[in-house]
Amino acid sequence: MTARFSRKTNSTLAVAGVALVCAAFAAGCGVEVYEVPVETPIPAKLDISAFQRVLVAGFVAGGSEDVDTNQETVRLLRSQLRTKSGLRVIDADPMQLVDVAQEQNKAATADAAPPAAEGPSVRTTTPAETTAATSLPQKIKDEKDIEPYDRLFANTAYWKRIGEEYQNPLIVTGTVLFAPRSSSGLVTREQEVYDGLGRRRVIPTRVYMERKGFMLRPKFVFIDGRTGATISSLSRREEVLYSAQNETPALSSYFELMDRIVPDFLGTLSTQKIKGTRVLLK
Amino acid sequence: MALTTTPLLADGRTDAREQVEFGINVAQRGLWREAIYRWEKAVELDPKYAAAFNDLGIAYEHEGQLDKARRAYEKAMALDPNNTQIRQNYDLFKEINDRAVQSKDK
Repeated sequence: MTARFSRKTNSTLAVAGVALVCAAFAAGCGVEVYEVPVETPIPAKLDISAFQRVLVAGFVAGGSEDVDTNQETVRLLRSQLRTKSGLRVIDADPMQLVDVAQEQNKAATADAAPPAAEGPSVRTTTPAETTAATSLPQKIKDEKDIEPYDRLFANTAYWKRIGEEYQNPLIVTGTVLFAPRSSSGLVTREQEVYDGLGRRRVIPTRVYMERKGFMLRPKFVFIDGRTGATISSLSRREEVLYSAQNETPALSSYFELMDRIVPDFLGTLSTQKIKGTRVLLK
Repeated sequence: MALTTTPLLADGRTDAREQVEFGINVAQRGLWREAIYRWEKAVELDPKYAAAFNDLGIAYEHEGQLDKARRAYEKAMALDPNNTQIRQNYDLFKEINDRAVQSKDK
């Protein structure tokens, strides 16, 4: 598997470029240098050697209605895991976890309610019951709405049952918020100018711009299907903004943002190889 | 004394250079473990051979032995601090190594 750098690509390319120039210079001076391709393996963050199979179960998803974020995230992660990890990916319909969480919440609320017509006896609720009884927003629009759903992943009994159903795989689940964003303010842009002699120059100019785009905030939760317990979780937040006139479809933005996040997700589960070049010296 | 040690040092460098050349040859064909064996021999024969430590750093990096790679690169830089190629190799390695360390800490 080959990972791509999302953040440091420019600096890496610059350093590689300087290295190549230096190598060429050294070669010109008679120093013997040999450029070789290398693939540096980065070990997986999680030890998942106990699992041969993975179930990307589904996600509590919300935000934009233009993209079925649960369905798309399940599809994308399954296809990435199929091609870029050693795990066997279980095919199953994506779980509708918003509904599952709502049902669990209803059941917890009913359990926590004081019995009717039993006189004036006072029943004290435990903090756990209070949390369980907190209502979950039906419609997830922002980060505040999605956070209460986190308790679904702490329900070990439920996830153990799901694990048993699929013969104890590693379970990947979590929350994904993909929501529209807009911002306005001063932005630095490069502007071409020509002087009296027709010479071109590029100068940075501050311009006021209205921009719109999307924000993607996934939280991947990795659950041991044998016990139902959470092994680890990975949270990321990415955002893309375009000029207000740009009509980039929501699904394209979703994939653009997921493209930045997927290497980290894969790096949690499997060894990644970073391609590069180095200079051998004699 | 100087007369007796100089030829010995020269021999050490000559032998080490042969090992380095052989290592480069096999590394270019993808035989990195053999290259490591050769370059480890080279630094044994001549512990002041910066290029051999540089090559060893690259090979360890390729094999995912990141701690050993860091030590080899640092030794190469200590022996030849003005060598820009060693510095560039180290900088590229360090970027990946930092990422690996960060992901372990998360």
